[in-house]
Amino acid sequence: MFADAGAHGPVARGEDPGAWCGQCGVALVDGDHARCTRRAELEPPRFCVHCRRRMKVQVTPGAWTATCIEHGTVERSTWG
Amino acid sequence: MTAQVTGTDILDVAREQVLERGVPLTQEQVLAVLRTGDDRLQDLLALAHEVRMRYQGPAVEVEGIVSLKTGGCPEDCHFCSQSGQFTSPVRSVWLNIPELVRAAKQTAATGASEFCIVAAVRGPDEKLMEQMREGVAAIRAAVDIQVAASLGMLTQEQVDELVDMGVHRYNHNLEAGRSYFPNVVTTHSFDERLDTCRMVKESGMELCCGGLVGMGETLEQRAELAAQLGELEPHEVPLNFLNPRPGTPFGDLEPMPANDALRTIAAFRLALPRTILRYAGGRELTLGDLGTRDGLLGGINAVIVGNYLTTLGRDPREDLALLDELEMPIKALNETF
Repeated sequence: MFADAGAHGPVARGEDPGAWCGQCGVALVDGDHARCTRRAELEPPRFCVHCRRRMKVQVTPGAWTATCIEHGTVERSTWG
Repeated sequence: MTAQVTGTDILDVAREQVLERGVPLTQEQVLAVLRTGDDRLQDLLALAHEVRMRYQGPAVEVEGIVSLKTGGCPEDCHFCSQSGQFTSPVRSVWLNIPELVRAAKQTAATGASEFCIVAAVRGPDEKLMEQMREGVAAIRAAVDIQVAASLGMLTQEQVDELVDMGVHRYNHNLEAGRSYFPNVVTTHSFDERLDTCRMVKESGMELCCGGLVGMGETLEQRAELAAQLGELEPHEVPLNFLNPRPGTPFGDLEPMPANDALRTIAAFRLALPRTILRYAGGRELTLGDLGTRDGLLGGINAVIVGNYLTTLGRDPREDLALLDELEMPIKALNETF
């Protein structure tokens, strides 16, 4: 299980926030990700922040789960 | 009726016609409501709320939804991130039965009476129907909640089988008014959608049928959707506000303004005075917290609690606290409006 890396994550490993935006899949150092940050409030990440692979994401009424085939799965409760 | 709309204030007409006599607004009258200005919005919402309270009462129906099969859909609904035809980042994934039951339990814990199982498909194949058989049976054995389904277009045999499983309500939206539908979907027709809706109605299942607004349709086409829903007489109308999804043809549209969304809610209530009118997707983006309250005081009497199919919703505790504050009790299981 990985730590939460914030709006671009949260499939991030420990202290490493990753290099890719979890929302748009573009490198974090490229471009403006302000819209991605806003989107992250209402959308789980779709891209792995470590390898940019598209993740398998399952949303349920109270949680979401995102799985990267290389970097594993994280589940987050959205009900407090 | 047109003369009344043009010669008399539309809200006065609606008060006498809908509130006092229970006669829904016509398409032309809905259009007149949609054309009212922001200076009339509070009066409009207050009237729609009176209509809701008179014909539906104060209770609010709470529902949770979950995606049993996400993504990879062969259809091209231009608002949807789950179409396999677009560059949306949503990948195909199936939910297993234990997780499905867990989601139903989560939903029931909020006091919800409805749990809707959704699949991104043109229509169910045998694999999906088998998952439904197993899933519905498992939920009914473990959770005290009504099970609804949304699996695309059905055959008569599939309708009959869903009835036998105990599915009590089926969702199949019109999505848009007939004249705008070809701008939204090209892989199936408006009439194909109507066919499934009519089969569901005749089966004894309750029909849940609504649409989306804010997809670039005109006010005339929005009024047309309300009128066509009124003709169909569904048990419930879920009202979605476009949440522009990356990679979809509608991905670059702007969310509709909150006041337009509220006017739409009130207009649909006046067109559908005896129908459950549910907040569905997009309300968090379009209306925010304040707008959510205004809609509940402007005609809405049902909500989806928690997350949606691929996007996240409000924390259910916020919605439940708001209902409590507004003195709107959650509709009990098996209670009818």
